Amino acid sequence: MSDFLREYIIVALFGALAFGLVATFIGLASLIRPSRPTPAKVENYESGVDPVGSSWSQSQIRYYIFALLFVMFDVEAVFIFPWATRLEDLGLFGLVEMVIFIFILVLGLAYAWRKGVLRWV
Amino acid sequence: MTFASLLAVDWPWASWPWWADTSVKMVFAIVAVLIPAGGTVYLYLFKMVSFMQSRLGPMEAGPYGSMQLLAELGKNVQKEDIFPEKADRWVFALAPYVVLMSTFLLAVVVPFGPQAQFTNLDTGVYFALAVSSVSVVGILMAGWASASKYSLLGGLRAAGQLIAYELPLILAVVGVVIQAGTLNLQEIVAAQNQQEIFGWGGIGNPFILTQGLGFLIFMIAVQAELTQGPFDMPVAESELVSGYMTEYSGFRFLMFFIGEFATANIFAFLGSVLFLGGWALPPFVTDLLGIEWDSPWMNVIGPGVMFTKMLLITFVIYWVRFTYPRFREDQLQKFAWKVLIPLSLVNIAITGALKVAF
Repeated sequence: MSDFLREYIIVALFGALAFGLVATFIGLASLIRPSRPTPAKVENYESGVDPVGSSWSQSQIRYYIFALLFVMFDVEAVFIFPWATRLEDLGLFGLVEMVIFIFILVLGLAYAWRKGVLRWV
Repeated sequence: MTFASLLAVDWPWASWPWWADTSVKMVFAIVAVLIPAGGTVYLYLFKMVSFMQSRLGPMEAGPYGSMQLLAELGKNVQKEDIFPEKADRWVFALAPYVVLMSTFLLAVVVPFGPQAQFTNLDTGVYFALAVSSVSVVGILMAGWASASKYSLLGGLRAAGQLIAYELPLILAVVGVVIQAGTLNLQEIVAAQNQQEIFGWGGIGNPFILTQGLGFLIFMIAVQAELTQGPFDMPVAESELVSGYMTEYSGFRFLMFFIGEFATANIFAFLGSVLFLGGWALPPFVTDLLGIEWDSPWMNVIGPGVMFTKMLLITFVIYWVRFTYPRFREDQLQKFAWKVLIPLSLVNIAITGALKVAF
């Protein structure tokens, strides 16, 4: 097995370790803890009064436009990291290219700003 | 017998098979995640904050309240595990797993010494930033599946906040990557140890000196990613009870709690690797000791160095947490999008220009 693969196997093992740790803790606690649910106890908490209406209440998701912007900048980050790693070899040409790229993105951000979508209304 | 020959030891782990090596790493992972989390929660969250607020904090359990964590553990073990009747049971039960998994995956890449590392990914920084956002999924799961209005609002707020501050976090780290020319965390440590400041290499070149702005943005973004105050809108106790954790009790709640504070430590570890020079001692110290900067002894000293730096950074995190009043939701978003992101883009441009110029 190659070292490269082994490194990622450790990553997978760590995920499994976290999962196992939580399962062990909760499993151990289940041996000790009581379980006596009453109708009042399993009600949703709404500051002590009876819950009103559906719990999955409709709320305005104000940041869907932020999510779009996030996708834009996150993809940008995917491009920036390889560039940042190899900047020493790319030199001035790479720098100018990336400044143009970032400038276009900043234009997008400025447009969103100007349009007022960065306000949480 | 000279000092140098005393230092030349046959380290037993050099010849271990892979499975034994990995098993030991798993044990150390639990230690590296849970012990600092418990330590900083007692030291900072219980005691330091109490002193800052002119009170004593826990004093009853053990000498000076030092056994308080065990008492809390005992309390939470005995608590009933309540599932709200309307909750989406599977998702509700799985959410703590996802949050703690994010923490452990984040810990995978942190190096504690030249060989004392869990794994040495070539894309270490990138991997860390990627898995740190997995916790958003867990938080959204918890918020949605609880079927409670407080939880839902808290989960949505958390998602919005983590999205907004993910970007400054990523972009602030790019400055470090430009300077080091690598994504590998071990090589970033090496770069900080071996670069020089105007021809003087006595303390190497910890990137906090050249990436001061980057470090500032990184720390603010980490504070927000951890939903620590002043960015604690998602768990604002005076309006949302406990945000996405409202309906959790007993050990499931404790898992969120551990996840939050363990992640704070891991981010502090990452911050010290990226900006404070990681596990390496400054070159003038290693010169005095007469060892190579990456001698095997650093596997023993390195974790101590990392722990010290981690305590420094977490001190700042808790200090800020209990000093500043809470941001309002719109201020929070405005701060990320209109201040931090443009600033970090400027930081990248300047760092890139200087890198090419010199």
